[in-house]
Amino acid sequence: MIAESVRARDTAGVRARGIAPVWAIATVAFLLGSLLVGLGVGAVEISPGAIVVSAVAHLPLVHIHSSLSAVQDAILWQLRAPRVVVAALVGGMLAIAGASYQGVFRNPLVDPYLLGVAAGAGLGATLVITYGHASAQLVPVAAFAGATLAAACSYILGRSAGPARTTGALVLAGVTVTAFLTAVQTFVQQQRTDVLRNVYSFILGGFATASWHDAAVAAPYIAASSIVLVLHRRVLDVLALGDEEAASLGVNVARVRLVVCAAATAGTAAAVAVSGLIGFVGIIVPHTIRLLVSTSYRAVVPLSLLVGAGFLVLTDVLARTILSPQELPIGVITAFFGAPFFAVVLRRSRGRA
Amino acid sequence: MIELRSLSVRLGDTHALRDVSISVEAGEWVAVIGPNGAGKTTALRALCGLVDYDGVILVDGRDTRTLSRRALARLTALVPQIPETPPGLTVAEYVLLGRTPHLGYFAMESVGDRHAAERALDRLELRPLAARTLTALSGGELQRVVLARALAQDAPILLLDEPTTALDLGRQQQALELVHALREGSGLTIVSTMHDLTLAGQYADRLVLLDRGEIAAEGTPDEVLSTANVSAYYGANVRVVHDEDGVFVLPVRP
Repeated sequence: MIAESVRARDTAGVRARGIAPVWAIATVAFLLGSLLVGLGVGAVEISPGAIVVSAVAHLPLVHIHSSLSAVQDAILWQLRAPRVVVAALVGGMLAIAGASYQGVFRNPLVDPYLLGVAAGAGLGATLVITYGHASAQLVPVAAFAGATLAAACSYILGRSAGPARTTGALVLAGVTVTAFLTAVQTFVQQQRTDVLRNVYSFILGGFATASWHDAAVAAPYIAASSIVLVLHRRVLDVLALGDEEAASLGVNVARVRLVVCAAATAGTAAAVAVSGLIGFVGIIVPHTIRLLVSTSYRAVVPLSLLVGAGFLVLTDVLARTILSPQELPIGVITAFFGAPFFAVVLRRSRGRA
Repeated sequence: MIELRSLSVRLGDTHALRDVSISVEAGEWVAVIGPNGAGKTTALRALCGLVDYDGVILVDGRDTRTLSRRALARLTALVPQIPETPPGLTVAEYVLLGRTPHLGYFAMESVGDRHAAERALDRLELRPLAARTLTALSGGELQRVVLARALAQDAPILLLDEPTTALDLGRQQQALELVHALREGSGLTIVSTMHDLTLAGQYADRLVLLDRGEIAAEGTPDEVLSTANVSAYYGANVRVVHDEDGVFVLPVRP
C-alpha cells in the first residue's frame, strides 16, 4: 500500500505542470477584481455590490431592481463599462501577443511595441485618419497592414544582423523600424493640421473615448487571435528547444512561426486601432507570470490574456485618477513601470544573448 | 534499416558531403568518425531531415523525402550534441516534449503519452529527478535526460551526435554502456558520431571514416582504425593496439 502511494506520487510528477488550480483561481479573481475597481472608481463612486446587482438587473428575463439612479446607471454602462471592456481587451491582447512573440522568436525582450508592430499599426491608422474617409471599418485593416509590414521588416532586419537567436539584434531592428515609421507618421500627420488632434490622441493612447462600438470592432479580432495563440501553447514549448530540435521532433518551425506571428500581429493591430500606442504590457505581464507561476508557455500564454486584461484596467484607473480631473496618457504609466522592468529582464537574459 | 545512396549535401559553396553511400542494418550500431569538419554531424542532420540533400535516403524502406516531418520524427530520434535547456522546464516536461511527433498539432499529451514518458524515465532510472528543473542537473544527468526524451519518441532509430562530449571518462563509459543496454533491450538501430576513436571502436559494430565529406574507410573497428588511416586523415601520431579487449588508439608525441 505504501509502495502504491509512492508510485502514485511518482506518476503525478510525469506530467506537464500546466496551470495549478490555485493560479487559475487567483488570476480569474484578479481580473474580476480589476473590472469591479475599473467600474467603481471615478468622480462618482459606485460600490462593487451595486455594480453586480445592476449587471444582473440588465440581464434579460431577470426582474430585480438596481439601487442605482438613472444618472449612475448611465455613467456605469455608457461611460465606464465600455472603457473598462476595451482596456481589458487591449491589455489581454498586448500581453498574450508579447508572450507569443517571445516564444516564436525565443527572445525574452520582444513585445508588440518594441518589435515596431505598434508603430506600424499606428502609421497605418494615421494614414487612414489623415487621408481616408475616417471610416471606422478601415482603421483596423490599415493598422493590420502597417503592423504586418513592420513585423516583417524587424524580423528580416534582425536576422540579417546575424543568427536569428541573437537577442539584441531583433530588438535593435525593432527600434530602428519604430524610429523610421514614427518619422513617416509625424510627416503625414503634420501635413494635415485639421486632423492633428485626432491623430495625437490616437498616438498617445488611452481609453478616454472608448465606446461600445470600439469594443465591437476589436473583440472579434482579439478573440480569434487569442484562440489561435492559446492553441499553440504546447507547440511554443517545443519551439523553446530551438529550431533544429523542434524540427527533429516533427514540428514545421517556419509554419508555426508564420501562423503565430500572423495571429499575434492581427490581434495587436486591432488593439492598437482602438487604443493607440501602449508599450511594455507585453513585457511586464508575461515575465511576471514566468517569475510567479511557470516558464512553460502552457501557463504563460493563457494567463497572460487574463492578467494582461486586469493589469491594463487597473493602469487605466491610475491614468484617470492620479491627476484627476486631468487624465494622464496611459502609455506614460505603462512605460514608467515597464522600462525599469525591461531593464531587469535585460540583465537576467545576460549570457543567453 | 537505413540506406544512404550517393548522398551529397552542399552548405553554401562547399560540399559538406559528397557521394556518400552507407547502409545500416536493423539493430546495428554504426559510428561515423572523422576529423573536425569531415561532415559527421551533417550526415546525421540529413538523416533526420534537417538539411537539404541530393541523393536518396531510405529509412525502413521508405524514401524520407516522401515522409512528413512528423512521420520522419516517429522513425528517427536525434540526441543533439549541445541540447537546448529552456530554463524552468522540469525533467518530466522536457521528456514529454519527445511525444510531439505522436501528437496532433493542437493536441495535449494523453495518458498514453505520459506512460511513454514514464517508461523512458524508468529505463534510464530518472524517475526520482522528474520534478527537477533542467538547469539543476549535472552534465551526466542532463545527458541521460536528453536520451530519455529521445526514447520517449518511440522511434526505432536513435541518432547520437557526439554523445560523450562534455562528460568525464567515467561518465562517457556509463553513457555508452547505457546506449548499449538500450539497444540490446529493444533492438534500436544506432548511428552516432564519435570523437573518441577508442570508445567508437569498443561500442560500435561498424565504423565509417569520413574525410572532407567523402568516405575514406568503412568496416569493422579492427579494419578502420589502422595507424595508417588515423595518421593520414587525422594528421595525428598514434599507436594502435589490438588485443582481446578491442582496439586502442593511443596518441604518441611526435
